Amino acid sequence: MSQCGDCHGCPPVALADFTAAPGLATTVAVIGPPNSGKTTLFNRLTGLRQKVANFPGVTVEQHTGVAELPDGRPLQLIDLPGVYSLTPRSEDEEVARAVLTGERAGVAKPEAVLLVLDSTNLNRHLMLAAPILALGLPTMLVLNMADDLRHRHGKVDTEKLAAEIGAPVALVSARSGEGMEPVWDFLAGAMTKPAPRQLPVLQDVPQCRQWAGQVGAQAHYRAPVPPAWTRRLDAVFLHPVAGPVIFLLVVVGVIRTIFEAAAPLNAGIDWLFQASGNWIATTFPPSLVRDLVADGIWRGVGSVIVFLPQVLLLFLFIGILEDSGYLARAALIADRTMARVGLQGKSFIPLLSAYGCAVPAILATRTIENKRDRIATILIAPFMTCSARLPVYALLIAAFIPSRPLLWRLFTTQDAALLGLYVLGFLAAVLTAWALKSSVLKSGRTPFLLEMPAYRLPTLSSLGLRLLDRGKVFLRRAGTVILFVMVVLWVAEHLPLDHGHAPAMEHSVAGMAGHALEPAIKPLGFNWKIGIGLITSLAARETIIATLGEIYGMDEKTQRASLETALRHDLSTGGAFALLVFFAFAMQCFSTIAVVRRETGGWKWPALQFAYMGALAYAGAFIACRLF
Amino acid sequence: MQLSGNNALLESASPTLVDLRRGDAAILERIDLPGDDARRLMELGFLPGTRVTAGLSAPGGDPRVFQVDGSEIALRRETARRLKVRKEGGKPRKS
Ligand SMILES: Nc1nc2c(ncn2[C@@H]2O[C@H](COP(=O)(O)OP(=O)(O)OP(=O)(O)O)[C@@H](O)[C@H]2O)c(=O)[nH]1
Ligand SMILES: [Mg+2]
Repeated sequence: MSQCGDCHGCPPVALADFTAAPGLATTVAVIGPPNSGKTTLFNRLTGLRQKVANFPGVTVEQHTGVAELPDGRPLQLIDLPGVYSLTPRSEDEEVARAVLTGERAGVAKPEAVLLVLDSTNLNRHLMLAAPILALGLPTMLVLNMADDLRHRHGKVDTEKLAAEIGAPVALVSARSGEGMEPVWDFLAGAMTKPAPRQLPVLQDVPQCRQWAGQVGAQAHYRAPVPPAWTRRLDAVFLHPVAGPVIFLLVVVGVIRTIFEAAAPLNAGIDWLFQASGNWIATTFPPSLVRDLVADGIWRGVGSVIVFLPQVLLLFLFIGILEDSGYLARAALIADRTMARVGLQGKSFIPLLSAYGCAVPAILATRTIENKRDRIATILIAPFMTCSARLPVYALLIAAFIPSRPLLWRLFTTQDAALLGLYVLGFLAAVLTAWALKSSVLKSGRTPFLLEMPAYRLPTLSSLGLRLLDRGKVFLRRAGTVILFVMVVLWVAEHLPLDHGHAPAMEHSVAGMAGHALEPAIKPLGFNWKIGIGLITSLAARETIIATLGEIYGMDEKTQRASLETALRHDLSTGGAFALLVFFAFAMQCFSTIAVVRRETGGWKWPALQFAYMGALAYAGAFIACRLF
Repeated sequence: MQLSGNNALLESASPTLVDLRRGDAAILERIDLPGDDARRLMELGFLPGTRVTAGLSAPGGDPRVFQVDGSEIALRRETARRLKVRKEGGKPRKS
């Protein structure tokens, strides 16, 4: 940290001695204020695809990657969470500080630093240069967003700046790759300790700011004009009337698109699986293996993959929200509601990303300074409707809720049901937060400070890559976890073997497990088949679809019918609503439990959370079954 | 960073960021918040002597975005109330 001002104890080559010539670094950290483009730069240098988005606090953990230098030598780069200073206030900032000073277990102490600053706000960002230069590590100042600076008529003299701070400076656009040569040169070359003309007293913020201003002035820094588009868009999005209306229209539009636009694509994928399944069934000689593939795997896994378009559309919308900068505005608008339940607007950002998946959302809570606020946010995040619930919702709604126009053809009963489920999850989250924050997790308030990023047009390539990555994750889950469960289930459906033949489903191991569960779930309107689905969905929520697909696929009577039709024989409308509510509340996700344990440092919170969400799911389903 | 004194009279007399309406600018005088909260505000640009302009807000006026030192930072009313300002002419508003 800053006490390492003159840094006699840590010569920059200490760790490099064995692997590289003196002066050549092997590990370089990328640090800078939040949202300055560190991860974009890291991705460009390493060729990786760590998450980039337009709001502060995207990166919450160190990520390492290897950059191949022009001479072929590998160099380890460490991307870090954004920091305003080396005095951390939240978990993510502490991670960055600890890695920089070599205190983080399992991460090599960096021998050099790329300090990424936003060139469109240089005077304030330069404040961070003081504590970083004081570390005494070879440092390059990377002034990012050169394109933005130019467009908004700002300028800076990098040579003068380099002379003033005694370290090399590069003006780059990490996104387009412009101006990167000096960065490569720095990484490949012999590095020297920085020799700034003078440094301010680090503890004295006003003095640091004054120093930054002076350095900027020496470098003839001309601040850019304010971003006109951001002002214009904010006038609309934060308009007291138009703002909330637009917000609502966007939400309804998203729901609608997910339902309507995805339907033809679903049908297409479904047809592909049907046709290929039939081909397998007719081409290969009858055998247990053929049955496993055709009935078990193909029908089971296939019925989940059908929902890929919905999931991709959802991530497309989340991507647009995150990349444009609207997310920070949504957090601002939501702050009032969050305040009422005792949380702050910052909690809203992780909660929004939980609409995709709860796991990264729980990691993202690291940006919340207040420990108790953070735990409360972790505990409610799994209530948000994640992308794994979406296929289950889509299937059940399409099967049980007839599509009738509510607002002409613009908004139908099915849309309303889906929206209702999203709202239900949100309400459960908010009420739980309120209960927690007014009892066990009561805490003093930490001021809510949120930096509003400038709006940026999401690029097609970044959205495309996001979809590609999410598509891969979805298919990988279907091809690993779900496939595995399907095979286990298929085996359980064929045991105990009766003279070499599989028993009737009811008498198989799987059937018996379902029957054993039946008394407990009967009050919710579920039979033993749904029971099997509930058991397998503990592995991942959407597994229930694959399970039902496989169960129906094996049964002569239902083999030809579509999943929707087959389901209608097994569930009453009340039971279907109960199942929807059950999925809205229950915590059926191993990865979430694991990450909650890791982030809260023990089994106490995940165990409580699992029990609480399970109880709520049971009670909710019980009521729903009777209501509808 | 100055911590709040007990002088209730003075406090009620001096205007704060909350008193700024949209488009108004003022010079920040001091931050009446505990040391580390004040420190973070200063790191974000809220330094005594800096010009702060009130911007847009969430519906209902809370939280509000403030333009300070080249960036836009949203603060809740409860925080903004602790930032004492000295009024500056500001932009004359058309009425
Ligand atoms: N115009 C422009 N935008 C950029 C450039 N580099 C990054 N961005 C955008 O800036 C935003 C932030 O980029 P990130 O790389 O996520 O920033 P970060 O510093 O890693 O952010 P945190 O992890 O939250 O601290 C994204 O919307 C990027 O697309 C650039 O050179 N020019
Ligand atoms: Mg990042």
